[in-house]
Amino acid sequence: MRVKTIILRYFACFLLIGALLSFIYKHTNEITPFKPDTDNAGLKLADGFGANKIADNIGRARHIIVTKDGSIYIKLFRLVNGKGILFLQDNDKDGKYETQLAFGDYAGTGITIKKGYLYASSDKEIFRYKLDDAEKVIDPTKPEKIITGLIAGRQHQTKSIVLDNDDHIYVNIGSPSNSCQEMDRGLESKGKAGCPILDSAGGIWQFKADKLNQTYVDGVKYATGLRNVMGLDWNTQNNTLYVMQHGRDNLSSSWPKLYTDKQSAELPAEVMYMLKKGDNAGWPYTYYDPFLNKKILAPEYGGDGKIEGSKEFIDPIVAFPAHMAPNALLFYTGNMFPERYKNGAFVAFHGSWNRAPEKQAGYFVVFVPFKDGKPTGKWEVFADNFSGQAEIMAPKEAIHRPCGLAQGPDGSLFVTDDVKGAVYRIGYTKK
Amino acid sequence: MKKIIFAALLTIGCVLSLSAQTKKIQTKAKSAVPAPSIVNGKLVYTKYCMVCHQVDGGGVMGLNPPLSKTEYVLGDQKRLINIILKGFNKEIEIDGDTYANPMPGLGHLSDQQVADVLSFVRNSFGNKASLITPAQVKAVRGDK
Ligand code: HEC
Repeated sequence: MRVKTIILRYFACFLLIGALLSFIYKHTNEITPFKPDTDNAGLKLADGFGANKIADNIGRARHIIVTKDGSIYIKLFRLVNGKGILFLQDNDKDGKYETQLAFGDYAGTGITIKKGYLYASSDKEIFRYKLDDAEKVIDPTKPEKIITGLIAGRQHQTKSIVLDNDDHIYVNIGSPSNSCQEMDRGLESKGKAGCPILDSAGGIWQFKADKLNQTYVDGVKYATGLRNVMGLDWNTQNNTLYVMQHGRDNLSSSWPKLYTDKQSAELPAEVMYMLKKGDNAGWPYTYYDPFLNKKILAPEYGGDGKIEGSKEFIDPIVAFPAHMAPNALLFYTGNMFPERYKNGAFVAFHGSWNRAPEKQAGYFVVFVPFKDGKPTGKWEVFADNFSGQAEIMAPKEAIHRPCGLAQGPDGSLFVTDDVKGAVYRIGYTKK
Repeated sequence: MKKIIFAALLTIGCVLSLSAQTKKIQTKAKSAVPAPSIVNGKLVYTKYCMVCHQVDGGGVMGLNPPLSKTEYVLGDQKRLINIILKGFNKEIEIDGDTYANPMPGLGHLSDQQVADVLSFVRNSFGNKASLITPAQVKAVRGDK
């Protein structure tokens, strides 16, 4: 009898502990419900939205990805204590995230999750790490190297990555040049004939997601004529790759007889392309003029600011003001935001420098409504005041600059800043 | 925060030193000493350098380096003159950061313009250093 009650008590005790554990487990496995900071983390947001600064001073935070339980991985542009990837969680559920793990001894920009793997890029290689059921990296010290030997010039060196649903990974290989000139950014320096850069850079390459040690010979030049792409995303509505190009600089400093400083500040457009295999977007031979709504022949290749570029090149599907530096693109598939946001595009504009001596532009996140892969309206500012300034003359004045975008499992939007290393979470708060 | 204060101080400092310089020039001009070319240098800077190095000489994070108190601006003058004449494309590190863009050669500027702009840079953005003369630029240009 006595023994029986003791056993029973033990049993009850176990049950209780079990229930408690599973309760805690369940809750640590769900993203913390969104709650904005009282000042919306200093941001100016579209009506009905709020923001929470979930982390700060973590390093030069570039691209970001959120796991299905709301944990985040962030790629760092410069190593912090020798590590280039951060794993953050909000274990105490106070809305603020803490770094749980730092790994990967390479700096870089690209990071994403697909089918049980975390993918991350240095400027020359792409790695992947197997994830467990909670999307935690199983062995942070032993990634598989899937792509190696990519060209990384001193400029446009970063590798942004995205995967489709058929086990391909798309990698931006930026051109180590402004406009393929004999003397890069030089005065009236002509473009190199048949721009040789395009053989191995200035485009998007497609590789297998699961094959080790691939090099150029294993990849496919998926699209070319793209100066440098940092923001790219796979649109699941029409199964198509979309990219944001960083347009060319220095029109007036290289071609003062053809362009005024003001024209140079406003040309060319920063553009979004929808890419099909084999597309050529025209860099360095053309650029897109958002006032004439035309592709214009680049001055390096005989243009005068008016002559149209070749029709063989594709047209952009959205044109934004010049030099704003689109560093991330994300198609929104969540359910938290109002219906009109669904399947639309968010773009993080890092902010311009090449508008000097005119004032700078960008430093915000914009939204473009989309349906079935086509824009259905004009772009609009979605989140602003990352810079903390009413007006920016020089980039150093900006306290924060948006760089990476990711969607949380609850549909909230995460934005990184690569100046100070702040991470913002934006949610819809209107009831 | 420290960095912002630093940047703010730098900007204020640069504005102050600039206006101080202009005053100095005026007084010197009155006393008939040949006027240094800092004022002209500012014009050259605005036209040929500002697009990359920015109005505050602070450069652009990760792309174009700052010009405040760097060893290149304040150090070896021959090297400095050559940076303008021939351009610069090395893996340089300033304040722990590297800069991705190349600087094109600006050899089309005259000896006077190069001297002016470098004199301006060496006495702006918190810098205080000797002026560069057209004769120096001419000598370096001749050296190849
Ligand atoms: C097209 C952009 C561009 C223009 C225009 C330009 N620079 Fe530079 N400059 C750079 C870059 C980029 C570097 C660093 C190159 C490197 O890392 O090797 C640099 C380096 C320098 C340096 C040495 C590094 C430092 O920060 O001290 C000096 C001095 C300098 N530039 C001065 C000037 C002056 C003066 C002008 C105008 C006459 C000028 N630059 C015009 C982009 C530019």
